[in-house]
Amino acid sequence: MMAQLTRAERRTVLMILAIAALVGLLMAVAGKDDPMGVHGWIVIAFAGVLFFIAGNAIYDPEPTEDRSISYYDDPTKVGIVLSLCWAVVGMGVGVWVASMLAWPDLRFDAAWSSFGRMRPVHTSGVIFGFGGNALIATSFHIMQRTSRARMPGQITPWFVLLGFNLFCVIAASGYLMGITQSKEYAEPEWYADIWLVVVWVVYFILYIRTLARRNEPHIYVANWYYMAFILVVAVLHIVNNLAVPASFAAAKSYSAFAGVQDAMTQWWYGHNAVAFFLTSGFLGMLYYFLPKRAERPIYSYRLSILSFWGITFFYIWVGSHHLHYTALPHWVQTLGMTFSIMLLVPSWASAGNALMTLNGAWRKVRDDATLRFMMVAAVFYGLSTFEGSFLAIRPVNALSHYTDWTVGHVHAGAMGWVALIVFGSIYALTPVLWRRETMYSWKAVEWHFWLAVSGVVIYVFAMWNSGIIQGLMWRTYTESGTLKYSFLDSLVAMHPYYIARAFGGCCSWPERSSRSGTS
Amino acid sequence: MFRTLLKPFERFFDFHARTHYRAERHSMALTVGIILAAGVGGIVEIAPLFTIDETVEAAPDMRVYTPLEQAGRDIYIREGCYACHSQMIRTLRDEVERYGPYSLAVESQYDHPMLWGSKRTGPDLARLGNKYSDDWQVRHLVNPRDLVPESVMPQYAFLLTERLEVESLSDRLAALRTLGVPYSDEMIANAADDALGQASPDSDKAEGALERYGDATNIRSFDGDAGRLTEMDALVAYLQILGGLTDLPARIETAAEE
Repeated sequence: MMAQLTRAERRTVLMILAIAALVGLLMAVAGKDDPMGVHGWIVIAFAGVLFFIAGNAIYDPEPTEDRSISYYDDPTKVGIVLSLCWAVVGMGVGVWVASMLAWPDLRFDAAWSSFGRMRPVHTSGVIFGFGGNALIATSFHIMQRTSRARMPGQITPWFVLLGFNLFCVIAASGYLMGITQSKEYAEPEWYADIWLVVVWVVYFILYIRTLARRNEPHIYVANWYYMAFILVVAVLHIVNNLAVPASFAAAKSYSAFAGVQDAMTQWWYGHNAVAFFLTSGFLGMLYYFLPKRAERPIYSYRLSILSFWGITFFYIWVGSHHLHYTALPHWVQTLGMTFSIMLLVPSWASAGNALMTLNGAWRKVRDDATLRFMMVAAVFYGLSTFEGSFLAIRPVNALSHYTDWTVGHVHAGAMGWVALIVFGSIYALTPVLWRRETMYSWKAVEWHFWLAVSGVVIYVFAMWNSGIIQGLMWRTYTESGTLKYSFLDSLVAMHPYYIARAFGGCCSWPERSSRSGTS
Repeated sequence: MFRTLLKPFERFFDFHARTHYRAERHSMALTVGIILAAGVGGIVEIAPLFTIDETVEAAPDMRVYTPLEQAGRDIYIREGCYACHSQMIRTLRDEVERYGPYSLAVESQYDHPMLWGSKRTGPDLARLGNKYSDDWQVRHLVNPRDLVPESVMPQYAFLLTERLEVESLSDRLAALRTLGVPYSDEMIANAADDALGQASPDSDKAEGALERYGDATNIRSFDGDAGRLTEMDALVAYLQILGGLTDLPARIETAAEE
């Protein structure tokens, strides 16, 4: 980790860590009667461990190689390992909370282990821990390769990667202590949010500075997507998280918006976290690794351009389709629905572009599980975006909203699109980074592929079934015009599907932890 | 066929491609382009919600949460109840028949943040207030399966022994006031006492709570033990006021039926 840092850089690292520990100490002292104090100690421990690692290496020999002629890949390697660690945590907790719905007593008799506190550990662990680390790591790789330039500094990449992981740790540990602002996918409290803004601004500066050093006249497609991901996530994060803390010595804060305006802001954020975190960034991955692995150029450059701007422009409008039939003014609901349907065009443009790129390379798809991961990811991307547009239609949404259908939909996206493209990318990237010919065992990759795909299919079918049954039961009337089923009837009907879902989640989970051959 | 369909747009595509050819050589052009493209939708959909009068109905009788209820709401958020229970009855026949009059924007006017929810693993709670007795709520929270054997809700027995922290309530109400919730100076200064008073009807502090929050305020020991103020008191006080901040929804429905 430290071998490529010069002595001066190592000293700067120690200084940054000392400042971080000091901030942690401040939090620990100020918030000693509050869960925020615990976070202070976590910050101190986090900085302390890194301080130990950096301090231990301070008198190691200076790096001798000419660093300007090679890419800086150490943070990418660490990022990939961290991403896989978070995958194990996030998906493991996912299987656990899914099982809790089938067997509610499957927990310790403690406050921290209830469904309500564990659920965000799963979502944040998977989206931000697993997905976020994968995005940061691959973006470091891709921006250097497509610019034919090394990153400008050696400290900033570490700051971005480890700073982001500190945010993830604070978020996850906070949920267990009951620190949450209850906004879906934006649960962490004000101080964690402020920290994320700092990390994110540094990330953007790093990206722009690398691009400024590039030896290619054009900025490659994948970089546009990563830039949209970084920029728009920053805007979304800042606006949605505007809040007033009750006290600077405690975690609790209140959202700046209330009621209907808060709902709209939250879904503007929530749906575009899907758009710019879970779609744009991963499309960047797709647009780099898929053509590379297939050894074919992108099918259509113009289609890439249209798809990119279409997604960037349309997606921001569609959040309000989460609020059909609610107290949100009707005109906003209609706008959300209209743009959701139009969004299908740029989405399918990218999915189609990816699949057409494979024309002439289908033999490789058959033989190479890594490429097959990417191909199936593109198919799931197409399916999920179709389902998304469909679910945004008002009458369909009346049936699906509040049910497991939505849960199934987001998991088709998360497990089918995001996870599969990440695994494809990691399997393509790992041998390159660690300078091996291939992965340790192609058989294990093959096994992983089929288990992951069957896990997704079982999961999604279970949730489609349960969601539609639930939605229909809620609106079934008897002949005399009264509601036929109580809410409890619909809950009881869910039981077998909850078991099936936990099983589907299990299929996708354990082999991810036991995958071999990262080194 | 695809080509004939796209023919009329050829010049637009060409223009777009030429502009793009230049833009993608400048990272700042891309940056500005992305921010502009992604900015429009949010501005068009969100900004008017703050300025158009019809966004939120007028309800003169709308009241704020008492400190105890606000503390309960904070516990509801802390435990992640919103993950399984919505607080938004949609304008659909089966929802209105199952849960009561559909939710109005004004009912969450003072909710920072809103808790409309996105998933109903359990039923909607927008009109839960006064549907069950305090005793039912307490026993249900202690172990849901004692009352509803099929329930998958986690148990929250620890709320019954956890003392409610009231010292920070003044700060909390003050923060809410900076955001527009009409708490008076007096309400903020007496927040801790009012919370204690609301749950102990025989104490002197109950008077103050009644005076500041109105005669309709629920003044009683919610967890069945007036001697101590627990988190259970707060959460049940909050659950019992859900749907009861204004009479407007009920009045609108009466009008529709006539």
